[in-house]
This record gives sequence, C-alpha cells and structure tokens, in this order.
Amino acid sequence: MITLASMGSVAPLTPAMPANIQVTLALAIILFAIGLVGFLTRRNMILMFLSTELMFQAAALAFVAFGRMWMDLSGQLMVIFILTVAAAEAALALGLVVLLYRRKETLSSEAWAELKE
Amino acid sequence: MSTVAIIALASAFVTHATAHTPTASMEPALLTTLALALGDGAIAAADGHAVDAAHAVHSTSGYADVGPLHFVKAVANTDFAWLKWMLLAPLVSVILCGAMAMFKVKGRLPALFTVATFGLSTAMAIALYFQFGPTLFATHAPLTVPFMDWLSLTWGPGPFQSFTANLGFYIDGISMLWMLFVTVLATLIALYASEYMESDLKAGYARFFFAVSLFVTSMLILVMSDNLVGLYLGWEGVGLCSYMLIGYYATQPGATAAAKKAFIMNRIGDLGLALAIFLIWTNYGTVQYDSLFQAIAGSTSEAVQGGWSKAAIPFLLLLAVCGKSAQGPLFTWLPDAMWGPTPVSALIHAATMVTAGIYLLARMAPFYTVQAIGPEWAETALLTVGWIGCFTAFIGATIACGQFDYKRVFAYSTISSLGYMVMGLGVGTAFGGVYYVFTHAWFKALLFLTAGAVMHGMAGQVDFRKLGGLLRVPGFRLTMICMLLGCLWLATAPFSAAAESKDIILLTALTSHVQQVQWMGWIGVLTAGITAYYAFRVWFRLALGPVKIEPGADQHADHGHDDHAGHADHAHGGADAHAGHGAAHGGGAFHPHAPGFRISLVLTLLAIGSVLAGLPSYLAHSQGFNWIQRFVQNSSAWMRAGNSEEHGQILGRDAHSTLFIIATTVVVAGFLLAWILHAKNRALGDRLRASMLNTTGLKWIPLGSEHGWYVDQFYNAIIGVPAWLGAQLLAFTDRFVIDGVIVAAIGRFPGFVARVFQPLYTGTVQSYALTMAGGIGLIVAWVVWVWLSGGAS
Repeated sequence: MITLASMGSVAPLTPAMPANIQVTLALAIILFAIGLVGFLTRRNMILMFLSTELMFQAAALAFVAFGRMWMDLSGQLMVIFILTVAAAEAALALGLVVLLYRRKETLSSEAWAELKE
Repeated sequence: MSTVAIIALASAFVTHATAHTPTASMEPALLTTLALALGDGAIAAADGHAVDAAHAVHSTSGYADVGPLHFVKAVANTDFAWLKWMLLAPLVSVILCGAMAMFKVKGRLPALFTVATFGLSTAMAIALYFQFGPTLFATHAPLTVPFMDWLSLTWGPGPFQSFTANLGFYIDGISMLWMLFVTVLATLIALYASEYMESDLKAGYARFFFAVSLFVTSMLILVMSDNLVGLYLGWEGVGLCSYMLIGYYATQPGATAAAKKAFIMNRIGDLGLALAIFLIWTNYGTVQYDSLFQAIAGSTSEAVQGGWSKAAIPFLLLLAVCGKSAQGPLFTWLPDAMWGPTPVSALIHAATMVTAGIYLLARMAPFYTVQAIGPEWAETALLTVGWIGCFTAFIGATIACGQFDYKRVFAYSTISSLGYMVMGLGVGTAFGGVYYVFTHAWFKALLFLTAGAVMHGMAGQVDFRKLGGLLRVPGFRLTMICMLLGCLWLATAPFSAAAESKDIILLTALTSHVQQVQWMGWIGVLTAGITAYYAFRVWFRLALGPVKIEPGADQHADHGHDDHAGHADHAHGGADAHAGHGAAHGGGAFHPHAPGFRISLVLTLLAIGSVLAGLPSYLAHSQGFNWIQRFVQNSSAWMRAGNSEEHGQILGRDAHSTLFIIATTVVVAGFLLAWILHAKNRALGDRLRASMLNTTGLKWIPLGSEHGWYVDQFYNAIIGVPAWLGAQLLAFTDRFVIDGVIVAAIGRFPGFVARVFQPLYTGTVQSYALTMAGGIGLIVAWVVWVWLSGGAS
C-alpha cells in the first residue's frame, strides 16, 4: 500500500473530517443516480453513453473520497485508471454509435431490439 | 528316378525296417547316411541318462521330483561383446528394407540385404559355437554378455526393491542351439523367398523382407535375452511380424482375417506370459535367468512358500506356449497362417515362431519341479503339459487326414509335431523335445518350401486332388524327391532323423512308472501311424499317378508367360504336362513354372540338412555323447531330461527293441494304408470316403476331420456369437437408453430453462439496465435491513 507517510518527503496530512467524506459520497451518489436515471429514461444512444460516463465519474469520485479518508494514494491511482479506461471506451463507444447510425439512420437504441434473438 | 523306383525303394526300406535286422545292403544313396546308424539309432540317443537313473531310483513323490537341483552360475564375459552384431545385423536390414518400403524403392536390394545380414548372423552363431561351445561343455557355466542398459530401477536396498531387465545375452546350450538353427534356416528361407517373391517385385518386395528381417531379429532377441522381459520383447515381436506376414496379401479378406486371428490367439497366450512374469517377480524378486535359477535351486520342496502365486506360474507359462506354439485350445490360428506367402509359412513353422514356445518351456523347466512349486502342483503341471501336447498331437494328426489343401496338411502336421515336443517336455525328456524341434525344423522347412515350389509353379493351386503325377513333370522332379524325403521324415520312417528324436519322447513316456504318462506314450504311437498315413496321402496324390495339372487362379496367375522371359533357368512344362491338363484347361497353354536355381539350391541344402539332423544320434554310440543332448545338458532344461529309466521295459520286454518294433509296425501300417488308398487304387480311396459320407453313423469322421473337428465353429458359437449378441445389446443401449433417455434429458434441460426465462429478454437496453439497477437496489436494501436490525454492529 502506497501511503504519503511512507513516501517520507511529503508532510502527512491530517485525516479528513467525517463530514467531508459524507458530503463527497453524497455528491457521488447523486451523480450516479442522475447517470442511472438518464440511462434508463433516454433512448438516444449518445445520451445513454453520456449517462454511463456520469456513473463512471461517480465511482471515481467515491475512490478519491475513500483515498482521502484513509490517507492512501491508491484511490487516486485508481481514478487515473478509470479515466484512461473511460477515454478508451469513449473512443470505442462513439465509433460504435457512428457505425450503428450508418446502418439504421437513427440513434434510437430501440432500433436494435432484434439483437435479443 | 522313376515312380516305380521310388515306391520300390520305399517298400524295401520299410520291409527292412520292420524286420529290425537292417543291413548295409539296404542301399539307396539317400539312405547311406542312415546306414551308419544301424542297430541302435534310438538306443544310442538315450545314452547319457545315467545321471537320471539315479534320480529315478530315489524319486518317491512322482515323476516331478528330479532330486536336488544344481545350476552352474553364469560367467560374465565381455570378450563376446561382438554378439550384439548378431542382433544388429538383421536390424540393419530391417531399417534398410523399411526405408525402401517407405519410399517405395523397387528392386532386388531388400532380398540382398536380408540374405546377407542373415548370413552374417549365421556366421556369428557358428563362430560362437566354436569359441564358446567347448568352454560351456567343459565348465557347464552359461555365458552372460552385457549389451545395453534398458530397465534398471532401484527404490530401496532390500531384495524386492530393485528391478533389472537390461538388454543382455544369456548363452547356454539351448539358446546356442536355437541361435544356430534359427539363423541357418532363416538364411536359406530368405534365399528361397528372394526368388519366390519375385512376382511381387513391383509391390511388396521391400515390405516383405522388412517383416522377415524383423521376424528374425525378434526371434534372436527372444532366445538370446538374459531375462524374461527381453524374452517377452522378442515374443511380442515375433507375434507382430507373424501378423504382418500372414496378412501380407492385404487385399484378400481371408488373409487379413487370418492375420487378425493369429494375432488375437497369440495375445491370449501373451497374457499368460505377462502374468507369469509378474508372478515370477513377486515371488523371486528377479526376472534374470541366472539369479532366478539359483533361487529355485536354493529352495527345497518342504520350504516352498507362496501358495497359488507360485503354483500358477507353470500353468500361465503353458498358456503362453499354447498360444505361440499352437497347442491345445489355441491351435486354430496356425492352419489359417497359410494365407501368408509360403516362405513365411516355412519361417513360422520351422524357425522363428512356433519353436519359441518350446524354447520357453525348456528354458523355464525349473518351474516344473518340486523345488519351485511343491510336489503336488509340480506333478499336476507336468501332466497338464504332457496331456496338452499329447492331445494336440493326436487331434492335429486326425485333422490333417481330412484336408485336401496340401499346405494345410503340413500346417496340421506342424501342430501335431509341436504336440509331440510339448509332450516330450511334459513326460520329462527335454532332450527328446528339443531334439525333435531341431530335426523338425529342417524337414518342415523342406516340406513347406517344396509345397511352395509346387504352388508357385501351378499358379497357386493348393488342392492336391487337382494335381497329380508331378514326379514326371520336368522341373519338378527334384521338388518331389525332396518332398518324399520330407514326408518320410514327417512320418518318422525308421532310422530317419525325426524317428531318432521322436522315439526318445515315446521311449521316455512308455517306460515311465506313471500310468498316465504311459497312456500318453501309446497315444503318441498311434499318432505316429496316422502321421505316416496323411504324409504319404499327400505325396502319393501329388507325385504319382497320371499327370494332372489344373492351375489355380490367384496372385501367381500372372506368372503364365511374361515373367518367364527373363529367367533362363526356368524349365517349362514339357509335352506330358500339356497332355495332362489339356482337358481341364480347354487347350490353353499353361506352363508349369518350374523352380529356378535358388529354390532348387535351398531345397537341396535343406534335404541334406534334414538327413544330417540325424547324425547326432547315429554318431552317439561311437562318440560317446549325443551332440544335441550335450546342448540340452548344459542348459536350464536339463534336470527335466531326467526320469527316463535306462533299463525300463515296455510290455514286459526290453524297451528299445520293443518300441522300435511297435513304432515301425505302426508307421508301416499308415504308409501301406496311404499307398493302397492314394497310389495303388485311388478309386477305392474315393469310394471309401464317399461311402463313409453316406453312412449316418460314420459321416462325422470325414466331415469332422475336413473341418478341423469344427473347433473354429465351436469357438464362434461360444465366443463369437455371444460377443456379437453382447455388441447388439450394447448398441441398443447406446442408441435408445443413452442417446434416447440420458443424452436427451441433459440436452433438453437448458432449452426448457431458456423457454421459461426468455420473456425477460425484450431487446430494450433500458429494461436490462433496469433489471440490473433493481438487483443492486435489492442488495442495498438487504444490507440496510441487516444494518438496521443490528446484524452488522
């Protein structure tokens, strides 16, 4: 586990106040809920994709919050990973959306309902 | 030499023999050698049994007790390291011929490789005899020569905690004898085959000689190995090669069926050998001959421990012998082995295959003693060996009487002769058994090769009813004279080498103090008469009478014309041959394909060998020892040669002269019967057969004999048919129970589950997401509920 203390050169921070982490986590929950509701209610594939990005960032925020709480850099490390994956995935997902759009001339996800077969 | 002269010669020979006052005036050039033996051929053979007479006196618990055993410890000597080349030479031929077969190279080279390497092995076997023989006969110590590490395991310091079976050689009397005749005969047969197989130059020539070389290599491994695992390697090797060679004409269904039959029958025997080796190791902790024999010699009958696991060894070995040497219940593969090319039959019957069983029996003779398995089992084991041999000899001879295919007659005669050899070992004369192996090897190779020459020349005709008078067909005279010699030897004509050896077996049996063994002897005497009948039944039909040639129509049919062009030494059928077959052949010009130089040479050499095979016995009196007996004396088989009472009696008279009179009478009776029914008055013979076939009570005799007493059909009924029914049952189970019930149930379950849950799949991404979110919601609700109810505190 990488801790600031173990790195030596940086002065240890005081642990975050309990109120702070509650606020941060509440913000993460709100972000996640917005993303989820957006994903469930929208049919436009680009908007659905944006909603998933929101949920992603909610998770990243929670990581940062917990990392702060434990004075542990792993949380922030994980955020870097999440951002990288999200960037890669965004390229892929948008590319897919473009391809799907070319097939059906629509962005609605319902146009692809036959994939259930 | 005309037909009449042959008959006169034979009759004169027989008459003299019957009178038992043969004189040197009995003349024919052929028999001058025999004359050397006048007086007491058979008698001299039994000399050297003085050792055993002592045993016989003190033996109290039946004839399996041969007194204290003593085996001279083997001496290792690396000076004989060159012996490995005896094995490696044919192996080189295996590799070269195999490569040529693989790359489909045509040409006569494979035969050259084979004959040359076999010749090398022969030379080495003879060199070994001259270099090591005198030492062996003087010190009685077998020779061991290390060759190559193979299996050598140790997992502890104790006596049963290591296992050694290296490739090494153990040379004593019997292995040396086997090496000598196997290599000599294999060389001659390969030389013969080089001409015989010429019609296959474009097809399987290389493949044939590949298998022949491997055959001889395996046989040499079998007889030279210093342990049972090496013997097993060779044992399996000859089994494999016999399979390849019997099924050589692989396009013919009969040949492949015969090959499979031979292989499977042999596998049954091989199972016995494998189990015997396992039991030998668990009981003695070694599979090396030398330490094994020392271990047996060290134990006494009172101290035999091990119960069934020791007692089973000789019976399992006997099972192995039954498979390989075509004995008792497993003999039916040998007649079918006729499907292979004839040189293969000669090889199997004379040198490389069936004699392996006798070798095993002689080599493992110490296991049939009271020291190894206790008095009761030893006697039972020996009597079983004797009875199996005795019955096989008798059954084989009776079947041979009913066959019309001359090769099959000779095949059944081999079964019968092997029965004699096994019986010899069973009644307690390893010398008699081994000597008969030696003489039999010569004359049986001769018989098969003459039969092959006839078959080869007559376009594959194997039915002797369709041939006749061959003695007068130019080019076949030598063949028929050689066959006459072979038949005389097979019939154990008095003073022949075969008779010298067979009489030892009969003498030992008839003079035994065990009642059962005497019965075996009498059945053996009767069998000798039957043998004389069927041997001459073939020869008279083939050689005498009006010339008759109905060519066969199989793989040699193409020999008719084209092939002949290149052979300067091929004498074509002359005028009388044409006259004879004109009617049957519709005027078509069939030329009998007379044997060429190589076949004639081999036949002559084998005929000489057959005659000389009797020399050890003829010279025994003047030399003071019998050459063959000396080999057996210096081997693990020797104490089994005991128990022949030197001064025994038969029917209250002197054993030797009585046996001679009885055996001669029986043989002459069989000969005369064959002469009347098949030479003098063939119509009578045919009428006799026809009337037997028409009589309800007698019908079974000719029919049963012709069909091998229906043994094959019997096996088919008790094994083949139940196996087929079982297969049908299993097929039914597979189709309806496994496929129909079990597989269908397993296969349809997921489908059923899928149909239940399918409505959940709407195709709308949001509904899936909602399901997931709902699932997460449920989990969160559960966590909260647990938390609120105090579970998490």
